[in-house]
Amino acid sequence: MSVLLAFTSAALFATGTFLLLQRRLSRILIGIGLIGHGTNLLLEISGGAGGIAPIIGTGDQQDFSDPLPQAFALTSIVITFGVTAFLLALAFRSWQMTHDDVVEDDVEDRYVARRTQDEFVREGEAAERAQAAEEDRS
Amino acid sequence: MNALIPLPIIVPLLGAALCVIAARARWAQRIVVLAALTSNLVVSIVLLVRVQDDGIGVTQAGGWPAPLGISLVVDDLAAIMLVVSSIMLLTVFVYAIGEGQEESRYAAFGSVYLVLAAGVSASFITGDLFNLFVAFEMMLVASYVLLTLGGRPGQVRAGMTYVVISLIASTFFVVALALIYSATGTVNMAELAVRVPELSHGVRVGFSLLLIVVFGIKAGLFPLFFWLPDSYPTAPTAITAVFAGLLTKVGVYAIIRSQTLLFPSDAQQGSLLLVVAGLTMVVGVLGALAQDDLRRMLSFHIVSHIGYMIFGLALFTLSGIAGAVFYIVHHIVVKSSLFLVAGLAEFRTGTDRLSRLGGMVRSTPTIAVLFALPALSIAGIPPFSGFVGKFALVDAGIQSEKWVIVAVSLTVSLLTVYVMSRIWSSVFWGEADPAVQARLATSSGRMPVLMTGSTVVLVLLGLAIMVFAGPLYELAERTATQLLDPSQYVEAVLGGRS
Repeated sequence: MSVLLAFTSAALFATGTFLLLQRRLSRILIGIGLIGHGTNLLLEISGGAGGIAPIIGTGDQQDFSDPLPQAFALTSIVITFGVTAFLLALAFRSWQMTHDDVVEDDVEDRYVARRTQDEFVREGEAAERAQAAEEDRS
Repeated sequence: MNALIPLPIIVPLLGAALCVIAARARWAQRIVVLAALTSNLVVSIVLLVRVQDDGIGVTQAGGWPAPLGISLVVDDLAAIMLVVSSIMLLTVFVYAIGEGQEESRYAAFGSVYLVLAAGVSASFITGDLFNLFVAFEMMLVASYVLLTLGGRPGQVRAGMTYVVISLIASTFFVVALALIYSATGTVNMAELAVRVPELSHGVRVGFSLLLIVVFGIKAGLFPLFFWLPDSYPTAPTAITAVFAGLLTKVGVYAIIRSQTLLFPSDAQQGSLLLVVAGLTMVVGVLGALAQDDLRRMLSFHIVSHIGYMIFGLALFTLSGIAGAVFYIVHHIVVKSSLFLVAGLAEFRTGTDRLSRLGGMVRSTPTIAVLFALPALSIAGIPPFSGFVGKFALVDAGIQSEKWVIVAVSLTVSLLTVYVMSRIWSSVFWGEADPAVQARLATSSGRMPVLMTGSTVVLVLLGLAIMVFAGPLYELAERTATQLLDPSQYVEAVLGGRS
C-alpha cells in the first residue's frame, strides 16, 4: 500500500514538474496543484504503515495509525488551497490585462540588455570611425 | 517572562482581526496597527533583556509537554531578531502612512501588514520545524498580497514569479518535513537535535542540503536569487523596504538556526556554504552595477550582502557567527533606510531611473544627506556600522585561514563602494532630465513629515549601531556562543523530560 502511495506521489511530482516548466500560466497552475497533491501524499505516508483510527479506548495502541502526519497534511492542504486560490485570482487579473496567459519576460531585464547592446554598438561605431580616420591620414 | 513569549505572534494577529472589523475607519486601523507594533517592540525588548539574565525562555503552546506540543523558544538570536524586526516594521508603517499610497488606498493594508509581522515573529520564536513552515506561509501569503495590492501590470507579472517560486520553495520544505519526520519521528527542533545525530551520515547530509535549498530560495542565495531583484522593486517603497530588510533575513535566520541546531558538525555544509556565499556576493554586486533603476539596483545589492551573512555562518566559528549576527542587524536597518531614501527621491522627482535623475544634492540636500549616511555605512567605510560588520567577518575569515573568501569579500566590498558612488554621482550630482527638473521647479518641495521623519529615525538607528558597536558585538558574541552549543537549547526545551 505504502509503495503504491509512494509511486503515486512520484508520478504526481513528475507530471507537476513537467507542467511547471511550460510557458502557459494555466499549465503552471495545474502543475503546482499536482505537486501540492504529491507533497501532501508524501506527508501522509511519512507516518509509516496505516492502522485503525487513533482514538483511545477503541483498540490496541499498537494498531493505531500515526495521527501527527495527518494533522500535518491537513494543515498543508489548507495552506495549498489558500495559496492556489490567490494564484488563480492573480492569473485571472493577468488574463484581464493581457488577454493571454503566456508568462512574460522581465521588462527591466530586456531594457538593461538592450542598453548594454546599444553601448556595444556605439563603441563599435566609434572604433570604426577612428579606424577610418586613421586610414584617411595614412 | 515565559507568558510574554507568544505575545509577538498573538497581538499582531488580534490586531489584524480588529483591522478587518474597522475596515471603514482608516484612523482606527492606523491606531490598531501602531499599537500592535509598539506592543511587539516593547515585548521583544523585555524578552531580549530577560534572555540575557535568565537564559533561554521556553513556553509550550497549549501546555503540552515538549516533543508533543509546539514549543515556542526565545534565545539570544531570536530575541535580537525580534527587536530589530519590530523596530523596522514600526518605522516603515509610519512611512507608509506618510507615503499615502497603498496604505491609504486599500483597507486590507493594515491587517495584511500585521499578519506579516506575526509571521515574521513566529518564524523567529518557533521551536518546531513544522510550525516554522506555517510561520513562513503566514509571512509569505501576507507578502503576496502586499506585493500585488495595486494590481498594476508590472506587479501582477512580478507577483506571479514571486508566488510560484515561493510555492515551490514551500513544497520543498514540506517534502523535507515529510522525510525528516519519517526518518526521526519528530519535528520538534530540540528533539531533532538529539535524534538527527543517530541517523546515518548520508541521510543527515541530505537533510542538511535540502533545508539549505529551501531556506536559500527565501534568503536569495546564489543560484536561487533570480526572483528577488525582479519582484521586489514593483511594490510601493514602504513594502519593498520591509521585504528587503526582513523577508530575506528570515531565510538567513532559518539557515543559521537549522545549520547550528539540527546538524552535527559532519553534516554542516561549511565549504559548500562558503562557495555559495562567495558567488552570491559577486553575482549580486555585478547585477547591481548593470541596473538603471534605483530600487532594482538596491534589490540586487541585497543579494550581494546575503553572501556576507552566509560567509560568517559558513566558518562555523565563534567570531564568524558573531560577525554574521552583527551584520544581519546592521543590514536590516541600513538597507531598509536606503530603500526609504530611494522612495523619498522618487516621491520628489517622480522617477527612479538613474539616467533621468540628477543634481539632487542642490535641489534636495536633505535627501542627499539621508542617502549618504547609510550608503557609506553599507559600503563599509569606517567608522560606520558596515565597516564594523565587515571587519568582524574578514577577521573571522583570516582566523579560519579561508583566504579566497576573504579576498572575494574585500573585492566585493570595493565594488559596493563603486555601486554606491555610481548612485551618488548620477542621482545627486550632474544634471537631471528636463522633465524631472520641471517637476522639481514646480512642486513646493515640502515632503510629508511622516515619510522624512521615519527615514530619519532609521538612519539615526543605523548611526546608533555604529556608536554602540562594542556592546552590540559583545551581544552577538554571546549569541554565537549559544548557537554553537546546541545543548543549551535542547536542555531548555526538553529540560523537564528524560
